[in-house]
Amino acid sequence: MTFDLGDGVDAVVNYILDNFAPLLDAVAAGIGTVTNGIQASLLAMPMLVGLAILVLLSLWRVGFGFAVFTGLSLWLVEHMGLWSAMMETLSLVLASTLVAGVIGLPLGIAMARSDRVAAVVRPVLDLMQTMPAFVYLIPAAMFFGLGAVPGTIATVIFSMPPVVRLTNLGIRQVHAEFVEAGNAFGCTASQLLFKVQLPNAMPSIMAGINQTIMLSLSMVVIASMIGAGGLGNTVLTGIQRLDVGTGFEGGIAVVILAVILDRITQSLGKERAGVWRLPFRRTARPEAASTATA
Amino acid sequence: MAFATESDPLNTERPVKISIRNVFKIFGDRPERALDLLKAGKTKAEIHAATGCSIGVDDASFDIRAGEIFIIMGLSGSGKSTMLRLLNRLIEPTSGEIEIDGSKVTTMSRDALIALRRRDISMVFQSFALLPNRNVIDNAAFGLEVAGVGEADRKRRARDALKAVGLEGYDNSRTDELSGGMKQRVGLARALAAEPSILLMDEAFSALDPLIRTEMQDELVRLQADRSRTIVFVSHDLDEAMRIGDRICIMQNGKVVQVGTPDEIVLQPANDYVRSFFRNVDVSQVFRAGDIARKTQVTLIERQGVSTAAALERMEHFDRDVAIIIGRDKRYHGMVSRTSLIETARAGGSDPYRRAFLSDIEPIPASESLSNVLGRVASSPWPVPVVDDDHRYVGSISKSTLLETLDRTS
Repeated sequence: MTFDLGDGVDAVVNYILDNFAPLLDAVAAGIGTVTNGIQASLLAMPMLVGLAILVLLSLWRVGFGFAVFTGLSLWLVEHMGLWSAMMETLSLVLASTLVAGVIGLPLGIAMARSDRVAAVVRPVLDLMQTMPAFVYLIPAAMFFGLGAVPGTIATVIFSMPPVVRLTNLGIRQVHAEFVEAGNAFGCTASQLLFKVQLPNAMPSIMAGINQTIMLSLSMVVIASMIGAGGLGNTVLTGIQRLDVGTGFEGGIAVVILAVILDRITQSLGKERAGVWRLPFRRTARPEAASTATA
Repeated sequence: MAFATESDPLNTERPVKISIRNVFKIFGDRPERALDLLKAGKTKAEIHAATGCSIGVDDASFDIRAGEIFIIMGLSGSGKSTMLRLLNRLIEPTSGEIEIDGSKVTTMSRDALIALRRRDISMVFQSFALLPNRNVIDNAAFGLEVAGVGEADRKRRARDALKAVGLEGYDNSRTDELSGGMKQRVGLARALAAEPSILLMDEAFSALDPLIRTEMQDELVRLQADRSRTIVFVSHDLDEAMRIGDRICIMQNGKVVQVGTPDEIVLQPANDYVRSFFRNVDVSQVFRAGDIARKTQVTLIERQGVSTAAALERMEHFDRDVAIIIGRDKRYHGMVSRTSLIETARAGGSDPYRRAFLSDIEPIPASESLSNVLGRVASSPWPVPVVDDDHRYVGSISKSTLLETLDRTS
C-alpha cells in the first residue's frame, strides 16, 4: 500500500494560499518593514561609518588585535567591491536574528517552565533544523513572493532552534539553590523568571543567539536563490558562471562577516551585564579580585 | 563547654511560635496511597516496593517557641532539611498542619504565602545561594527588592543588615570575590534585611571551616539575643547543636524521635539512635584519634621567606598560644608556640619556623585508638597534633576535647 503524503502537503499549501492570503500579506508586510528598514539604514550609512562602528565594537568587546583584524578585513571587502552586498547580508542576518529572538526567547522560556510544552516543541525544532532548506524555500516563495522577506523567513526557520533550545537549557540549568532562594524570599513567578532565572541563564541564551547568527549566515547563499540578495548573490553568480574567483570573493566576505559577528556576540555572553571589559585594561579585574580575597 | 547548658526557666514559658501537627511528607507519584500504607503500619521498604514513593517526614508533631534557637538534628537522609522546608512550604506537606503565629501555613493561599515569606520568615542556605549576577548590597537587598521596597530604603536597610553581620565596605564587591565566611555573612544579611521574626537555617555553617564556623555561631547567638528571633537551625554536627541550641529535635528516618534541651537529650536519650549521638559505650575504644581531632588550632603554611610577625598576628587574633606549621601539601612540619616564635624572631636568621619548633611534640597517627593516646594528651602541655597515613595534618586533640569525648561515656 502506498500512502501519498506529498498530495496532502500540496493540498494544504494550496488551501493556505487560497484562504489565508491577507494573513500572509500582513506577515510579509511586517517582516518586510523590519528587513527593509534595517537594510535601508545600513545601506544609507557611509562605508567608513559602518567600518568605524564594527572596529570600535571589536575593540570594546574583544580587544586590540581583533579590532585590527576587523579593520583590515573590512577594508579588503570594500576593495573587492562587496561592501553593499555585505550590508545587505548583514541586514538579512540581523532581521532574521531579531525575528528568531522575538519568537524564540518566549518559546524557550515556555519550554523551560513546562515539560509538556518542551515535549511538543522539541520535535518541531528537530524538523526545522534537519528539513533540507530547499523544501521550504519553494512554499516560502509561493506564500511571500520573491525577495528579502521569504529569505528572512526561510532563514528564521533554519536558525531559530538554537536560541530556543539554549534558552530552555539555560533556564533549566540555573542552580536549584538559586531558584529555592528566590522562592524562599517571596518571589512571584515572574520575579523568579526576571530576577533569578533569566540573569543566570544569560550566558547560555547569548550562546544561543550567537549560534542563531552563525546559522543564519550559513543560509545566505540559499536565501539568495529566492532573491534575498547580498553576498549570496555574488557566490551564486560565481557558481552559475563557473567563475571560481568571484565565488571565492563572495565566500571569503561571508567568512569575514561570520568571524566578526561570532567574536563580538560571543563576548556579549561572557561577562555579566554591567561589568564591561575595557580595552587595554584587561588585567584590572583579576587583580582587584585577588586583593579582595587576600 | 558543650554540656554546660544553662537551664533556662523562661524556655518553657515562651509562647509557641511555630506549631507542627501530624505532618507527613511523601515524595513520589502516589503520595495518598503511600500515606494510607504508612498509617496502616507498613515499613518504608514495603511502601517503596508497593508505590515507588519514599517518605521524607513521618508524622512530625512538635512546637517551636518564640525566641529560641531550635536545632533539628539527624544523619543525612533523616528528613531534617525536608522538615525545615515544610515550614515555609518550599516543599508542600502531604498532610498535617503547620501554624505560624496561629495562622495556618499549610492552607494559606499562594499570595498569603508569598507575603509571609517576604515579611516573616527567611532562610539561609548551606551553599550560600547568593545570586552571582548581583553584588553584595543587591544580594542583601534581594528580599526587600522583591517585596517592592524602594531603592533608597532597601539599600539603607540592606546596609544596616550587612553592618549587623560585620560586613561593611563590601557593598559593591562581587560575591565570588568573597571568602566562604564572608559569603555566608551576606547570606545572613539577606535573611535579616527584612527583619523577619523567623530565620530558617539549613546547615548554614557546615561549608565553613571550623574556626570561622565557631565565629559565625557566636555571631548568630548574638543576633538572636538582640532581637529575640526564632531560629530553626538544621545541623548534623553535634557540637554545633550543643553549642547554640536551646532545644534540639532529633530525627531518624523521617520520624521525630526526641525533642528536648541538650541536657534532657544527654541525660534521658529516647532510644539507641539518640544515645549513639551522645553516649558511646566506650568512646576511648570506639573512637580513633582522627575522629576527635579538630582543626581549631591556627595553622601556618611554611614557605620561603616567611615572617614571624604575620604568624604572631594570626595567633594573637585567634587567641591561641600555639600554631601548627604545615607545608603547602598539608603535610605536618611541626608546632610552634608564641614564646618559641618570639625567641627565634629575636635571635634573627632564616627559617624562623624551623628553629621555633617545640621539640617535645610528636604527632599521633589518626588511626591510633583513643585509649592509646590518653596518656600522651593528658601529659602534654599543648594540644597534640594528629596526622594521617601520608603525614598530612588532620587536626589536634586538646585536653578539653578529650574530656568532652570521654564525658559522653559516663
